[in-house]
Amino acid sequence: MNPYLNDFPVLGEKRDGKRLVYLDNAATTQKPLSVIQAVDEYYRRSNANPHRGLYELSIRATKMYEDARESVRAFINAGKACEVLFTRNASESLNLVAYSYGMNFIHEGDEIALPVSEHHSNLLPWQMVAKAKGAKLVYLYPDSCGRLPERELNKIGPKTALVAVAHVSNVLGTVYPVQEIVRRAHAVGAVVVLDCAQSIPHYPVDVKKLDVDFAAFSGHKMLAPMGIGVLYGKEELLNQMPPFLTGGEMIEYVSEQNATFAPLPQKFEAGTQNVGGAVGLSAAIDYMKKVGYDTIIKTEEDLLAYALDGMAKIPHVTVYGDTKAGEQRCGVISFNVDGVHPHDVSSILDSDGVAIRAGHHCAQPLMKYLGVNATCRASLYFYNTREDIDVFLASLKKVRGWLGLGT
Amino acid sequence: MGLESIYTQILTEHNNSNRNKHHIDSPTAVLKGVNPSCGDEIELELREKDGMIEDAAFTGIGCAISQASASIMIDLIKGKTKEEALRLANLFFGMIKNEVKDEAELEDLDEAVALKDISHMPARVKCAVLGWHTLEDAINGEQKPE
Repeated sequence: MNPYLNDFPVLGEKRDGKRLVYLDNAATTQKPLSVIQAVDEYYRRSNANPHRGLYELSIRATKMYEDARESVRAFINAGKACEVLFTRNASESLNLVAYSYGMNFIHEGDEIALPVSEHHSNLLPWQMVAKAKGAKLVYLYPDSCGRLPERELNKIGPKTALVAVAHVSNVLGTVYPVQEIVRRAHAVGAVVVLDCAQSIPHYPVDVKKLDVDFAAFSGHKMLAPMGIGVLYGKEELLNQMPPFLTGGEMIEYVSEQNATFAPLPQKFEAGTQNVGGAVGLSAAIDYMKKVGYDTIIKTEEDLLAYALDGMAKIPHVTVYGDTKAGEQRCGVISFNVDGVHPHDVSSILDSDGVAIRAGHHCAQPLMKYLGVNATCRASLYFYNTREDIDVFLASLKKVRGWLGLGT
Repeated sequence: MGLESIYTQILTEHNNSNRNKHHIDSPTAVLKGVNPSCGDEIELELREKDGMIEDAAFTGIGCAISQASASIMIDLIKGKTKEEALRLANLFFGMIKNEVKDEAELEDLDEAVALKDISHMPARVKCAVLGWHTLEDAINGEQKPE
């Protein structure tokens, strides 16, 4: 029995007599009761517009919001709380960097290097910058195990101005060598934008140790509510960048024709912020610390090895990327069943209560590179169990039968 | 929702046979239909003569539901007038949206009635209507960007 299962109300529910086997954690995770209650408590007892009111309730809301920022700072080991900006999600964080840094500090002829496996959220903002500024997108192509070979890393060169990279691929589960990429990028004067949406729920992210210039993630993929995300940025870079969104809360002084802006972090937080979400994120961090990354990693490694073993024994199933569990492999399994479209696989698994993702996973250039139109994706979290994997494997075995194909 | 009423024999036969999945000679209309949520795409080819759909086929990739639905549609519209094909497409949309439930009314859809229960699977409706929307656009002469 997984000791955390009871903390997650939705995982205990039965639908049509079937228990939910939730294997779509790379899309979003379920929420523990402590997070749900923290948000509920905030709105019941402490809700007011932060940074504005001079009354007790607003001061309390402000404190909870800023405490959440400090909690994130400590969690990712950022130097200062003002280097932690709250956004809606990783996509908004990455767009902030693209619009505010990219559009001002990337120039004609510059190169932006990125793995072809990037999620559209860390690809389209750079496509936009490249088109607008006359810069060139240079793609790094993973090998059949999903890793970036030396010759691809060598594409980070003198013309590179920015490297955009995911810590963990949301399709292949590969853990990319961020420290090596940062070393090469900084050696040529390029900045590194890290998308850690898929890593921070599973692996510790230490921005100081990794020495990345920017790091983005979403709260909802790490137990927190949807609608709260984070952008970490080095203070000296954030100070040089103009605001992304303008409006309330982010100003110092405004006249008819001109304005000066508030210092960090308010400069990048226009309008009333998602305080309830920040409080939920802080509660999620508390919960993750209680479980501990050691337990999370150990549990997921065991489940991943168990799932990959089981899948290898089912005929007509192809797993993409590394087919063995290991340190450079996270619990995201993309696969296909011969002759069956991922949509059909997902619908068939759903009838057994198994939730997986099917489609292009917001990574169409990678799908094209892999030579597939779409894949199925099962993704794990520490609240999953071997029983979950057993139900998943049993259902997977039946898929081809439903389509009138041999098993 | 029982899978039995979705993955029926009619559906798997159409999906596995590829009978209507090929190019045709001298098409008068070729139109691509895309399901942006999954990236699936089909290309529908029609040859019209004197307002009649003389021949039709499709190519492309997609799930069993989209492929079978397109194949069943091809069987149904061959030899019909454009107006009749459009009427059938609208009848099909009505069935999938669960707006038309009367069995007598749906009789004209013939084998396509096998897809009726997809109306209870909201996530798969887009798959079922892909071919039919492409047909509608092809007949109405709409151009879609590549």
